[in-house]
Order: sequence, then structure tokens, then C-alpha cells
Amino acid sequence: MSTLVLAEHNGQQLHNEVRHAVSAAQHWGQPVHLLVVGYQSEQIAKQAATVDGVTEVLHANAPQFEHPLAEDVSKLIDTLVTDYEVVMAAHTSFSRNVLPRVAAVAGVAMISDVLAIHPDNRYVRAIYAGNVHTTVQSRDAKQILTVRGSKFTAAELNGQAEITAVSVPEPFTKTRWISESRIESDRPALNSAKVVVSGGRSLGSAEKFDALLNPLAEKLGAALGATRAAVDAGYAPNEIQVGQTGVTVAPELYFAVGVSGAVQHTAGMKDSRIVVAINQDPDAPIFQVADYGLVADLFDAVPSLTNALS
Amino acid sequence: MKILVAIKRVVDYNIKVGIKGDGSNVDIDGVKMSANPFDENAIEQAIRLKEQGKADEVVAVSIGSSANQDVLRHALAMGVDRALLVEHETEVQSLEVAKLLQAVADKEQPDLILLGKQAVDDDAGQAGQMLAALLDYPQGTFASELDIENGEAIVTREIDGGTETVALQLPAVVTADLRLNDPRFVKLPNLMQARKKPIENLSASELVTDLTPRLSLINVAEPPQRKAGIKVDSVDALLQQLRTKEGIAL
Ligand SMILES: Cc1cc2nc3c(=O)[nH]c(=O)nc-3n(C[C@H](O)[C@H](O)[C@H](O)COP(=O)(O)OP(=O)(O)OC[C@H]3O[C@@H](n4cnc5c(N)ncnc54)[C@H](O)[C@@H]3O)c2cc1C
Ligand SMILES: Cc1cc2nc3c(=O)[nH]c(=O)nc-3n(C[C@H](O)[C@H](O)[C@H](O)COP(=O)(O)OP(=O)(O)OC[C@H]3O[C@@H](n4cnc5c(N)ncnc54)[C@H](O)[C@@H]3O)c2cc1C
Repeated sequence: MSTLVLAEHNGQQLHNEVRHAVSAAQHWGQPVHLLVVGYQSEQIAKQAATVDGVTEVLHANAPQFEHPLAEDVSKLIDTLVTDYEVVMAAHTSFSRNVLPRVAAVAGVAMISDVLAIHPDNRYVRAIYAGNVHTTVQSRDAKQILTVRGSKFTAAELNGQAEITAVSVPEPFTKTRWISESRIESDRPALNSAKVVVSGGRSLGSAEKFDALLNPLAEKLGAALGATRAAVDAGYAPNEIQVGQTGVTVAPELYFAVGVSGAVQHTAGMKDSRIVVAINQDPDAPIFQVADYGLVADLFDAVPSLTNALS
Repeated sequence: MKILVAIKRVVDYNIKVGIKGDGSNVDIDGVKMSANPFDENAIEQAIRLKEQGKADEVVAVSIGSSANQDVLRHALAMGVDRALLVEHETEVQSLEVAKLLQAVADKEQPDLILLGKQAVDDDAGQAGQMLAALLDYPQGTFASELDIENGEAIVTREIDGGTETVALQLPAVVTADLRLNDPRFVKLPNLMQARKKPIENLSASELVTDLTPRLSLINVAEPPQRKAGIKVDSVDALLQQLRTKEGIAL
């Protein structure tokens, strides 16, 4: 038996998280196959073939996958699933949408956002906004899971897998794709950035959020993040919300600027190597998880920090 | 049009749960329970569709013990028309939740099924997708906008790095993100009235024969804790620490 990993990409580039999922897939010690689903996606299949540890790339290329819908992708995987004991992916919004459907049709549990994989199909997951870690054991014959990329190393890119075309079932006609909007940015992607600067509600407006945090992020080569309160207030787009219900990040350096440190927020950033908090309230909960706390008014501290950076 | 809304009873999100001394499970005895926050968004959206004349009936369903009546009363007080309790004393896992909701959908024949995008207790985020697959329905997960037009659900979904809009032929399954709306506050008189409304009981084992959990819980533990570090008193001191102590080139 082999392990099947669902690959995510944006039409141009294989998603970085795929490499982390592939290294997690090595746990079972079986050949790892990578499934690339797309349209005019030969380039992606070629990139996938270079991921170390992948023995075969299954390439499903069809017009219906120009904007891949969960309904179509899961139907495709349903046709492949009998050949695999393990089907997995990185815990991205794409695979979160797809793999539970596959699990339901296969009649097995879905184990989402796995932090560690242990022998005998035991998995560690975070529950209650990351306040508790639980170890569960699956009794199913088939394992279907998503893994948190930052908990597994990234596979190298010096492999040479074979690419095999797979046949694609009829399209699902009851869902119609209409449009997509993605924020374009030259900045590093939030979930793989080495430095993240996050702002909270205390920034006070979208203008001040941008005016204060952009220059700092620019100097640090950082991605911008935000709390839900900042997003809800319209200061920042929701794509950059960090936390239980947003993005999980684990950068080298995390700046929390005017962020109170609610558990729903810290759930998304407490795996950062170094956390710096700037908050005017010395009792703000964020200081309990920060390596360096600066008790200061952010409207003074952030500009002087930006200036002090070479 | 009929809407079915699923409601999970969970530990209130404001409460930090503890762990039992032997690490066998979380300790939720006597802890305040509430409707899952995302499910309140789902209820709110269903009621708004009814208020706009786009839906005729909203039915709430919860799976669990008789204690789940409180979240169903909450839904009734918010404005749903009817409430169903699928009674099951022990824990039900996502696939079983999906199978039970499928059985309820077979009975009720809703045009739209709304769930939360994830339950804040175990943060799984999968029951809706599983239900859609079992019913072979279109799905609109992580919805931040939902409207009904010409027999289709138009859903704007949160995806990594942006949003996506899809049209789903009804019947369909949609899971609610927090951004979908602001759930209304329940007024006391409404809550009093909701106390008097009947809640229909269904037996889980009559709806689905095999409800055996597939995952066994081995243990629960505190996650590795971050320790509070040091306070610095100026921007310069901060940079000094980051550069020299942490070796970061800034
Ligand atoms: C189901 C659910 C899911 C959620 N998911 C998430 C999530 O994924 N991510 C998330 O972030 N939140 C999430 N939340 C919200 C979360 O509970 C908090 O409400 C939110 O994180 C608070 O954001 P904040 O720190 O920006 O705002 P506040 O709590 O308002 O804190 C502002 C902070 O800024 C400080 N401050 C004010 N003025 C200044 C100044 N001039 N200089 C310096 N400091 C200043 C204050 O002392 C305070 O600590 C969720 C909530 C629920 C119910
Ligand atoms: C060994 C073990 C022990 C567990 N013990 C418990 C326990 O004691 N108590 C407990 O609550 N969970 C427990 N869980 C978690 C539980 O088994 C399921 O994983 C979970 O309840 C299934 O729903 P979900 O959280 O995956 O739903 P999600 O997919 O995260 O939820 C999405 C949506 O599905 C709907 N939904 C989910 N569950 C219900 C429901 N019961 N009724 C109506 N709608 C629902 C809601 O609309 C919800 O917003 C345990 C898990 C394991 C592995």
C-alpha cells in the first residue's frame, strides 16, 4: 500500500505546505504518491515530481479543475481511495474543504489539523482553541487526515518522481464557480513568513493600521497579520486574521502590536520562536506568552522601532 | 423553502477548560455550556432569510442528551420555528453526526442545511462537508456571505489568501463563518416564550444503527506552555535583546 498526499497549488506554484505534508506522510514508511489536480497544470506536476520522497505524481488534468471544487476533487479521490491506506494533505482551506467529503464516502473518521503522528495510528490534535492537546487513536482501516504544516519539516526539492495521468470522473454540475478574489502582495505569505507583524483593534482605523504597520513590516520583510477584532472593525482584510479561526503561523519572530492576547488569538501564534508584544497595559495577557514585552503606547513605539531599524 | 440548522452544545467559548487529574479527558463538569458560536451565525442567517421572505420554515436540530434542550430553546428564542433533539447519551463523532443529520434531512426534506464551520470544543471543522458528501449535495463551507437567488444559494467563502464565490443548486449544505453576520441578542420575553414551545424528540439509534466511535481518546494534556519572558523598557533595549541575545539580524 502507498500513502496519497493531495497537493495544493495556485495554478502557478505548488503550495509550500505540500512539502511539509509529504514529510509527515513518511511516517507510514510506504511509498508516497502526490496527487496534482488542475487544468493546464503540467508545470505543477513537474514541480511536484521534484519533492523529495515522492515516488509517483498522479496528475488529474481537466477543464473542471481550473477552479477546483471540493465536490469534483473529492469525487476524483473517491475513485483512487481503495488503493491507499492513508490519504492526507496539509491543513489548508482547500484540503479542509475536500478531505472530509472523502472520509464520509469511505465511511471513516476524518482527523483534522494533526500536530504529531505516533505509531499505531495515534495522533495529537489541539482542541479548545489550543488550550488542550489530545491524543486519539483511529480504529479505521483507512486513515484520512490533514496535518499542520509548521509541525513537520519541509521535504527537500531534489526528487525525481514519475508522473502518471489519472482519469477524471464527470464534473459535478450542481455547484457553479463564480469568482475569486485574492489579495496580491509582494510580501511573504502569512503562513510561511519568517517574521510576522500583527496588529489589534487598538490601531483604531484602517488608515492607521496601514500607516503604522506597513513600514515596520516592510523593514522587517514581514507578513502582516491581524486580530479578529481588527478584522471585524475593518482595519485589515480577513485573510490575515491569525488565530483559532484564522491562519496558524509559526514564524521566527512575531510582533503583537496592541493585541490583548485572547486565547483565540494566541492559538494561532504561540508556536512562534520569539514573540514580542507591544501593549500599553502591563497586565495584558499577551505578556504571558511574549518573550519580550514592551509596555508602551504603540503610536510612539512602532514609529521609533521602524526608525531604529537599519 | 425549508432550512435545517444544526446546533452543537459546547463549553462556552469564554471558559478555559481544565483537565482531569488523570489526564483521561477534559473536565467539563458544571462548566457553562452554550450553543457553538458559529451555529449562532447559522441560526441568525436562517432567520434573516425567513424575514426576507426567502424561507418559510426554520428547523433547529441538536444531537446529544436532554441537556441539549437549552441550546434548542436558545434557537427558538432567536426565532426558529421548530426544534428537534436527536437523543444520544454518549459522545458522537463527526461522521456519526453527519449520518444522523442525513437521517434527519431524509425526514425533513430541507432545501438548505446550515451548520457552523467548526465546533469550538474540538475545532474539527468537518461535519458539514461530511454531511454534504453523504447527501451528494453541493457545499459552501466557511461562508461569510449567503443569499438565495433563483433556487440557488450564492455563497462567498473564506479561502486562504482571499474569498471565493460559488452558486449551489438547492438542496445544499452551507457552513457558517463568524463573519456571516452578528447574531441577535435574545430578549428575555422571547426566552420565556421559548420555554413553553415543544421540542420534538428523536432517538439516535433509531435513525442510525451504528454509532460506534471510530476514534478512541488516549489522553489529554496541557500543551507545552510558553513562559512569560522579560519586560524591556525601551525600543532600543528591545532591539538590543533581539540582536545580541537572539542573534537576529535587524
Ligand atoms: C469563536 C471565536 C473565535 C475567535 N477567533 C479568533 C481568531 O482566530 N483570532 C483572533 O485574533 N481573535 C479571535 N476571536 C476574538 C478574540 O476572542 C478577541 O476578541 C480578539 O483577539 C481581541 O482582539 P484585540 O486584541 O485586537 O482587541 P482588544 O481585546 O480590544 O485588545 C486591544 C489591546 O490593545 C491594547 N492597547 C490599546 N491602546 C493601545 C495603545 N495605544 N498602545 C498599545 N496598546 C494599546 C489594550 O491594552 C488591549 O490589550 C474569536 C472569538 C470567538 C468568540
Ligand atoms: C475519544 C473522544 C472523546 C470525545 N469526547 C467528547 C465529549 O465528551 N463531548 C463532545 O462534545 N465531544 C467529544 N469529542 C469530540 C466529538 O467526538 C466529535 O469529534 C465532535 O463532537 C463531532 O463534531 P465536530 O466537532 O467534528 O463538528 P465540527 O465539524 O467541528 O462542527 C461543525 C458543525 O457541525 C454541527 N454539529 C457538530 N456536532 C453536532 C451535534 N452534536 N449536534 C448538532 N450539530 C452538530 C454544528 O453545526 C457544528 O458547528 C470527543 C472526541 C474523541 C475522539
